Amino acid sequence: MTNEAMALATALPLLGALAAAAWPSRSRSIGILTVLFSGVSVIWLFVLVMSHGEAYQLLGGWQAGLAIALHADALSVLMLLLTSLVTLAVSIYATRYFRSSRDAARFWSLWLLLVAALNGLFLSADLFNLYVTLELLGLSAVALTALGGKRESIKAALRYLLVGLLGSMGYLAGVAILYTAFGTLDMQQIGERIAVDPASEMALLLMTGGLLLKTALFPLHFWLPAAHSNAPAPVSAVLSALVVKAGFYLVLRLWTEVFPEAISPKGAMLIGLLGCAAILWGSWQALQAQRLKLLAAYSTVAQLGYLFVGLMLLVTTPVGPARELVFGAIMVMALTHGFAKSSLFLAIGVVQQYAGHDRIEQLDGTSQRLPATTFAIALAGVALIGLPPSGAFLGKWHLLSTSMDSGQWLLVLVMGIGSLLAAAYVFRVLGHAFGNAAFAGRPVNIATEEWPALALGIMATLVLGLGSAWLWTFLGVAA
Amino acid sequence: MLETSTLYGLLGIVLAALGLHAAILQPDTLRRILAINILGVGVFLVFIATAYNGPDAAPDAVPHALVLTGIVVAVAATALALALLRRLEATREGTDDE
Repeated sequence: MTNEAMALATALPLLGALAAAAWPSRSRSIGILTVLFSGVSVIWLFVLVMSHGEAYQLLGGWQAGLAIALHADALSVLMLLLTSLVTLAVSIYATRYFRSSRDAARFWSLWLLLVAALNGLFLSADLFNLYVTLELLGLSAVALTALGGKRESIKAALRYLLVGLLGSMGYLAGVAILYTAFGTLDMQQIGERIAVDPASEMALLLMTGGLLLKTALFPLHFWLPAAHSNAPAPVSAVLSALVVKAGFYLVLRLWTEVFPEAISPKGAMLIGLLGCAAILWGSWQALQAQRLKLLAAYSTVAQLGYLFVGLMLLVTTPVGPARELVFGAIMVMALTHGFAKSSLFLAIGVVQQYAGHDRIEQLDGTSQRLPATTFAIALAGVALIGLPPSGAFLGKWHLLSTSMDSGQWLLVLVMGIGSLLAAAYVFRVLGHAFGNAAFAGRPVNIATEEWPALALGIMATLVLGLGSAWLWTFLGVAA
Repeated sequence: MLETSTLYGLLGIVLAALGLHAAILQPDTLRRILAINILGVGVFLVFIATAYNGPDAAPDAVPHALVLTGIVVAVAATALALALLRRLEATREGTDDE
């Protein structure tokens, strides 16, 4: 049963993408139904993994080493669940965003291809299959970025593509070295054979470097703000919430399961320092931003910094309960950011549509005109700052207490400053939104446009904050 | 004397280095697309060279299969990059910037 659920989660969106390309006039209904059903198969898989533990499958009856291997554990099903919920909410929003049939036909098949790539990436167990899904993800994300059609979006998409290709070439070169050294592509088998030797270190360096470029860790984030802020709103939402996180997911897997022996304390420290720089630089730039979308994009740069600080704490903490706590903290922060940032980008999309712009200085009166959307921005903001009761509060709390326990006061200081800066940029937006400009019209309230952002914001701030105790239990049981 | 597979491997590394150098430093987008292709060919060549098992044994088929997949991906990515570049050139006149 687990095997069927794993196969469906990847195959359904792939078939849906083909169907949407073949029947452009039906692409909208095909898109919504496919996202819905692949979401159901992911929830099914989630329940199965929760009750029976992790699953491993070789496709097509080939022997291990030749077959495409699928693997579902706690980490992968949580990322799949995030992908399904976020893409479902964004799909509902997109049905109204891409109203003309020409835009819709272009959007839905690329969109389903992106979902297939994400699901495939989170389920792949061998390094080469991961490369293929990574490329599929990159190509569909670039094409979606360019859908805006403006010169700026095409420019950003082209740069995004070239940077992504450089990153994947680094990753592929690392895979080639590992295959030559160990004769296998299976992550688990390589993890068992890895040693501290020049080949492993070279592979670690090339693969991590390539993925950091794709994950936009400071100072390799230079392409992100333009790409994320010039894409259409539904696309920006998944680029920031899911696509960069796929890169982080791979780094996390490689560092904890394939290369733990080959990572030196200096390497871990470097990642941690880059994470700190990302927090400070990203938050500072978000505070300076004149446009809402640019603010959201720079906030992603900062939030990725927290994840890499978490990774550094994870690999330097000895195996045991303390380490599991850090792992849970990273997961809850990644999930919270996924929901919060998609909520924020969708809400910005609504503001942009009704106000005709997204300039922060001119947002006065938004709260009267778009009450539900303003509430979504506030909920997402609470999660980005890391205030209770958001999931990010719990995550940050555990990262802070781990840093204090190991005496790494620099991290405490950076995370403190980062949170203050986040509070400043969120309240700067809310300050304008609640500004008392005279407003004569009737408040706008359109369920399909405003509800998805609100639902995602509620997930980030209320559900993950108040109900995340099971997350640690789940990670402890199934991981 | 240098073994053939080592020679191919070294050649691949040189190509990859040349491609990387140009991909980062070339200001012209078309040249950067070409440079990334050369970088890719270099990586593929290294991978193919590792499949060689001596003159009497069959080469390892796995790297061949992987490189074939990699070439397909590279062709698709190059096509997308060229299509985007053409669209960018078409909007150069600045009539529909906003």
